[in-house]
Amino acid sequence: MLGLTPQLALRLAVLCVLVVVLQVSAVSQVVIFGASADLTPLVVAAVGLLCGSLPGAIFGFCVGFLFDAALVQTMGLTSFTCIVAGYGAGRLRELRDPQAVVVPMIVGAVATAITTFGYGLLNFMLGIDAPVSFLLLRVILATIVLNAIIALPVFALVRRWLAPALPDDPRRRRRRAYTTGGLSPLSRA
Amino acid sequence: MYDKTVRRRRGVLTLLVVSSLILLTAYFREPPGGALHGVQRGILEVVSPVQDLASTALRPVRDGFGWVGDTVSAKGDLKSAKAERDRYRAAAQRSQAAVTENTRLRKDLKLEQVSSDDLTPYGPVSARVVTRSPTLWFAKITINKGSGAGIEPGQPVIAADGDGSENAGLIGKVDQVVGSSAVVRLITDSSTAVAATTADGVVSGIVKPSPGNPRDLIMDNVPAGAVVRRGDFVVTAGTVARRSALASLYPPDLPIGRISHIEDAGALDQVPHLKPFVDPRQIEHVQVLTRKVDANR
Repeated sequence: MLGLTPQLALRLAVLCVLVVVLQVSAVSQVVIFGASADLTPLVVAAVGLLCGSLPGAIFGFCVGFLFDAALVQTMGLTSFTCIVAGYGAGRLRELRDPQAVVVPMIVGAVATAITTFGYGLLNFMLGIDAPVSFLLLRVILATIVLNAIIALPVFALVRRWLAPALPDDPRRRRRRAYTTGGLSPLSRA
Repeated sequence: MYDKTVRRRRGVLTLLVVSSLILLTAYFREPPGGALHGVQRGILEVVSPVQDLASTALRPVRDGFGWVGDTVSAKGDLKSAKAERDRYRAAAQRSQAAVTENTRLRKDLKLEQVSSDDLTPYGPVSARVVTRSPTLWFAKITINKGSGAGIEPGQPVIAADGDGSENAGLIGKVDQVVGSSAVVRLITDSSTAVAATTADGVVSGIVKPSPGNPRDLIMDNVPAGAVVRRGDFVVTAGTVARRSALASLYPPDLPIGRISHIEDAGALDQVPHLKPFVDPRQIEHVQVLTRKVDANR
């Protein structure tokens, strides 16, 4: 697990407030194909991918808490789904450390699916009477597609913001070791 | 060492999940004046000015995206709009006589003349939508006026602009208020129900949302055998009563929507569906009706 340094914690706190304000004030009001993008699962997943499972889960909880408070909706709903998204992305990094360019896109889409379906499921469990209409499924799918499209730039922005506080980016470390005269992975093998 | 890390990770994860579930349960069970609702109002009080500022600053970007979408849909709407205009023109001529009679009767009964065209007696307070719930349930919006502007919980809210294809209409009621902002619970929220009637007053029922579809409302409790027609206008069925015990929540005659189709038409349990006049996803400005007229709510 990546250590939560004060600098990283501060940057994550700023990111948390920024993403919630941006989401509820602007992004949610732009409707494309009958749905709007949702930055929160993307940013939570990006934090999980960059910082690990625990910072991802804690960040997810905080984002969800602030999000539910800002929108005056049932507290704990978004927190719960975002914890799953952040922790899942973090575990993927810790277990597999995937390096492909499209990883943020796939992880972003999966995180969005987890949060949207999870939110719906929790609402059903709380007794909110909602028929599973075609439109509901269409909106969910449109949100997932939209999020997948914007996942790469969102991930790049989050990485750029957190980079100064991330001491051990494995990709950067490997590349630096090889290009500055270190043994290539093949030689070491 | 490995065990310690794993144990710590699992411990923190369990703590977070349990915290979420406790929050969820506590919030769901406590009354609106409870501690968690208070925390929520406090956070809203702090965050809403920032949201208002961000909403204003980012408006050009939103409008840019909106312009593209509107241009595409406007072309398709033009033809049906022209047909509707002709139909409304004919209907307006027919209703002129009814309006004259209505005015005379109201004068006889010494009731204050209020119509959905002139909302001045209701003390409308205009406000701008700062945030809207991005969830699939489209349940709430936040506006940039609060108790400082005379807004109180329970007051009805109408949209000052629709989605461009229809008129303004009822969108919900004020749910929570802080100094500089208020949260409006939309009529598309699953906990909302509005007493309604067709514009001619023949068929009455309760308008309920069809969650997950903000462009569809259901008119429930329609009397058996009532003749409902596709295209009928539906308005609020507010009562006019001097006794506050009989007062209705919404004033009468606020437009809600139009019958789009009828499930099991003609059957005893027929269910008319309404297309609301306002798309909750497109609202920019609203009016909160802050005053009672004839004790009608």
